[in-house]
Amino acid sequence: MKRIPLFLGLLAMLAAACGGGAGSDRVVLQNKGSDTLVNVAQAWAEKYKEVNPNLAVAVTGGGSGTGISALINGTVDIANASRKLKAKELEQAKANGVEPKEFIVGYDALAVFLHPSNPIETLTIAQLADIYGENGTAENWDALGIDFEGCKSGEIIRVSRQNNSGTYVYFKDAVLGKTGEYKLGSRDMHGSKDVVDLVAKTPCAIGYSGLAYATHEVKMAAIAMEAGSPPVMPSVESASDGSYPIARPLLMYTAGEPTGAVKEYLDWILSDEGQRLIVEKGYAPVRALQN
Amino acid sequence: MNAPPTHSHDPPEGENLDQLNLAWYVDKVVQWLVFFGGISAIIFIIGIFVFIASQGLGYAVKELDLGEFFFSPLWRPTSEANPTYGALALIAGTASVAGFAMLIAVPFSLGAAIFIAEFATGRTREILKVLVELLAAIPSVVWGFIGLSIMNPLIINTFDVPIGLNILNAGLILGLMAAPIMTTIAEDALKAVPDGYREAAEAMGATRWQVVWRVVLPAGKNGLVAAVLLGVGRAFGETMAVLMATGHSVHIPTSVFDSVRALTATIAAELGETPVGSDHYKVLFTLGIFLFLVTFLINLTADLVVRGKRRNA
Repeated sequence: MKRIPLFLGLLAMLAAACGGGAGSDRVVLQNKGSDTLVNVAQAWAEKYKEVNPNLAVAVTGGGSGTGISALINGTVDIANASRKLKAKELEQAKANGVEPKEFIVGYDALAVFLHPSNPIETLTIAQLADIYGENGTAENWDALGIDFEGCKSGEIIRVSRQNNSGTYVYFKDAVLGKTGEYKLGSRDMHGSKDVVDLVAKTPCAIGYSGLAYATHEVKMAAIAMEAGSPPVMPSVESASDGSYPIARPLLMYTAGEPTGAVKEYLDWILSDEGQRLIVEKGYAPVRALQN
Repeated sequence: MNAPPTHSHDPPEGENLDQLNLAWYVDKVVQWLVFFGGISAIIFIIGIFVFIASQGLGYAVKELDLGEFFFSPLWRPTSEANPTYGALALIAGTASVAGFAMLIAVPFSLGAAIFIAEFATGRTREILKVLVELLAAIPSVVWGFIGLSIMNPLIINTFDVPIGLNILNAGLILGLMAAPIMTTIAEDALKAVPDGYREAAEAMGATRWQVVWRVVLPAGKNGLVAAVLLGVGRAFGETMAVLMATGHSVHIPTSVFDSVRALTATIAAELGETPVGSDHYKVLFTLGIFLFLVTFLINLTADLVVRGKRRNA
């Protein structure tokens, strides 16, 4: 039986490898949630290794809803969310003995993307509601007085997000109002990047996603609150000074008042060093930073 | 099986090992392993059904408005004011994509199977078989990626339609995905037709096509039907590719250029972010039960058809 010693040797190596990991006193924080925040959260986790080598932060995406339900179920230390906790979720959390504590870690402008061949420069909130809303009547671009070469059929191809995404919920609240509903039949993409990719390849399309996902292959519309008010382009500046109409806070939730490693990590995220990283990733900081 | 296995590659070193005893233990262990392997499929299938049913069946029977579920196209599970759980558009989406996929896959895969089994010889045949199996090995997310980034612009430009993520796109992809399985099973069915049939037909002066059309196809009919049904089951259950290529749009289709949404894709996209135990969660499990029953029925039919063939043969 020559094979047995080899097999045992492999087992021993495996055991040694596992033992080595468990033996040190490293703390691992679980951080999960919003796909909008996932890139920033990863950048924070990477950089924080230099600040505190004994703390590892494991970051996963999946959407705001996923992070919040994980927090309610007690499987994460920090939940990332691009929308506020719903009343129902707060109830569930309290029923599970969890008291969610909210931290605003940055701001995000929700950009409206169009194909580069689309001549539209500005859109009002009312026009967006007319396109996306249940009671909206704009099915074709000529309803907005637009007729362009690239989109021969003239049909507006609405690109949206899957119905549990924080971006989906925030856009609905901001554009269609709390009681508004989306018109069914939009193409519901499973990620911000997919929205941008689809709009880039589809002349008739319109879509929305975090500003950080903008590429050179799509164009962004300036958004005006009402027909008369000045349209504002989405940018880090217009998101942080509040002039851009559809900008939202990016949030982190902890179960109860954070202590120890979680508190240190959150304090660092809110420090100038942490906030500079969020700007690098295309989001707006919570306050003006000194350079 | 009392004879000790011969250890030609690994002879015992000098000492008088009780070979019979060792072989006996090995035999017992292997018997148990094989037995467990054999019944594991049954354990898993029952386990899965019990799990899905425990999560969704009670709700589906007692609380869910089944009339709305089957006949309303309004799928608004996360609406806070007025959630509606109409799955009609999702069912229509799955059915239309699977149906279109079969229109593509059935002629192609039956044609391929007939060519491989009856006409191709030697090297051509071996290369074809390997290529068909290779086609089956492409991961579905890769197919979805092809649909999203290659087929979408292609369909927009070729057919002058506003968006290329639609039944045509997903159906083509799904057809290509189902074709290898159907080809392989159909080819096996044709190979199972005894050569005596062909020889008899040829002896009577039939051409090769006459042999295939009049003799081999009728004799292998049951196996071919089973191949098609398994392909339908594959098309029904596929998730990732349809999630990416259909456009994922809640909409009852009126043409092949319409975007739709499939049952599987809806579960995949929404289950991960749904609070466990909520109505939305249970409705998604109800969709799962529905899918399970449909694919179960399709596979059962395929199985019965094949058994029918065996009984007749």
